Amino acid sequence: MTSLATDTNTPHQKGWYRRNEIKLTPWLFLLPGILFFSVYVIVPIFQSFWISFHEWDGLGEKVFVGFDNYERLASDRKFEVSFWNNLKWLFMYLLAIPAGLFIALLLNQKVWGIRLYKSMFFFPFVLSQVVVGLVFSWFYLPREGLLNAVLVMVGMEPVNVLGHPDTATYGIIAAGLWPQTAYCMILYLTGLNAVDPEQVEAARLDGAKGLKMLWYVILPQLRPATFIAFVVTIIGALRSFDLISVMTNGGPFGSTRVLSFFMFEESLSEFGFRMGYGAAIAVVLFMLMLCFIGYFLWSMYQEEKGAH
Amino acid sequence: MFPTPIEKTSRTWQLTYQALLPLALLLWLLPLIAVAMFSIKSSADFAAGNYWGMPTSFELFNNYGKVFFESQMPRYMLNSFFITVPTVIGAIALSSMTGFALGVYKFKSNLWIFFMFIAGNFVPFQILMVPVRDLTIGLGMYDTKLGLVLFHIAFQTGFCTLFMRNFIRALPFELVEAARVEGIAEWRIFWYIVLPLMKPALAALSVLIFTFIWNDYFWAVVLTQGPSAQPVTAGITSFNSQFVAQYHLMSAGSIVAALPPVAMFFLMQKHFIAGLTLGAVK
Repeated sequence: MTSLATDTNTPHQKGWYRRNEIKLTPWLFLLPGILFFSVYVIVPIFQSFWISFHEWDGLGEKVFVGFDNYERLASDRKFEVSFWNNLKWLFMYLLAIPAGLFIALLLNQKVWGIRLYKSMFFFPFVLSQVVVGLVFSWFYLPREGLLNAVLVMVGMEPVNVLGHPDTATYGIIAAGLWPQTAYCMILYLTGLNAVDPEQVEAARLDGAKGLKMLWYVILPQLRPATFIAFVVTIIGALRSFDLISVMTNGGPFGSTRVLSFFMFEESLSEFGFRMGYGAAIAVVLFMLMLCFIGYFLWSMYQEEKGAH
Repeated sequence: MFPTPIEKTSRTWQLTYQALLPLALLLWLLPLIAVAMFSIKSSADFAAGNYWGMPTSFELFNNYGKVFFESQMPRYMLNSFFITVPTVIGAIALSSMTGFALGVYKFKSNLWIFFMFIAGNFVPFQILMVPVRDLTIGLGMYDTKLGLVLFHIAFQTGFCTLFMRNFIRALPFELVEAARVEGIAEWRIFWYIVLPLMKPALAALSVLIFTFIWNDYFWAVVLTQGPSAQPVTAGITSFNSQFVAQYHLMSAGSIVAALPPVAMFFLMQKHFIAGLTLGAVK
């Protein structure tokens, strides 16, 4: 309280700081945040680019090899498989958006106990991916799993989802879709809550119903929710690591690897650390992500311009 | 309201809907119900191939007791707490300051710095992995909780800044202007005027960050390796190799590991959802 008193009592002898306060304050407030963020996020991105041009075991000297790591990637079968799997993840993961919208429409009612239903539908999102992975790998177990128990009960052949290279990736994606759908659902529920009831009534008087109403009246109003659902789903798809690591560890026969997992495997593998090669994979993944980040930022920039 | 409120539809559809809801929920949570059922069974049931029939004995206390008293689980849980709580405090402290700076002041590079935080927040973890691991080893913090906490604080600052800045933008700016006319120092405006108004944002972010960090697995594997520092997401792997193929114990273990964020969600539901859906409505 003393500083406040001196400040108001001596308005004529404002110091340099007081005169430039409005200019300086934001930078003082930003300093710790920017410092932390630069050291742990911004600078490492550039370091990874730099490391990707080297051969490095993480301990000894780095040996500059130019584009060798990238050339090796181009002819690496494992890289090819990982890259295609990443694309599978991207496309399949987008199913979470319509699925989430569907559940949101189902639950957007005011019946007794609906709030509890909403939270129960949402709560898989709160579980860690490790637990989701374990839960689903037990669900898929050929002998003990519930999935096969149900399949046999309805007279179908039991399947070994995670044991087969053709189905394993889809099995993992299905596990990932579970919490992701819950996330999209909650976004849409919030969006539906804010839909303008007058517009809906007006459209109803004009005879709009069902799908037509959804497409022409409701969805346009849900655009902000769709945008966020799109952003978090894309990011989630490209970040997939935990599920793969827990459910199959890249197998069977390396068929479920994605770039993020492949990178981890190469950098910290038991056969020696290949940090340079790992960094090169990370750079490719980063570039893939950058296309989307660019688009997201551009959309946000348009909005900021509109706001001011 | 869309779809048509159920009260205004036919009696048959109302009844179908009421019957459909619990069924849909059951189907939705089926994998989880399976695990919960596993966790109360006995090893004898598994040996006899009785996976889905009635349990022959009720082993809830036995199984969960084993998790707490015959494994490293409590240790991992404690580690998770000591990693998560400081991260929440640190990230919120840093980002309420950056959010204030970007939300209240107009200067040239404002939007660029804001976008730097957002872009960094979207980056794939792998591009940071090698340098961050190297830095942590260099600081002598490999396999310590502090090493993990420092990284998490830095990374979460990106997301939190986005959140705080947008929240502050929505506050009435006249408050700040009025305070300035009164000659109140800028840091006091932050501390006495803006911060108290940010309470809902602080609550929402704390719950969200708690869940994110508790559930982190990738950085736990990259920056730690033993029971002295590993959080529960990474520790559960060694737990599972201790009780290999004993599904009743592994199930109990993963339910215990998942409990804190679930409890957090059900206790703070309003804040949690408010945080998660920020921006979903215009």
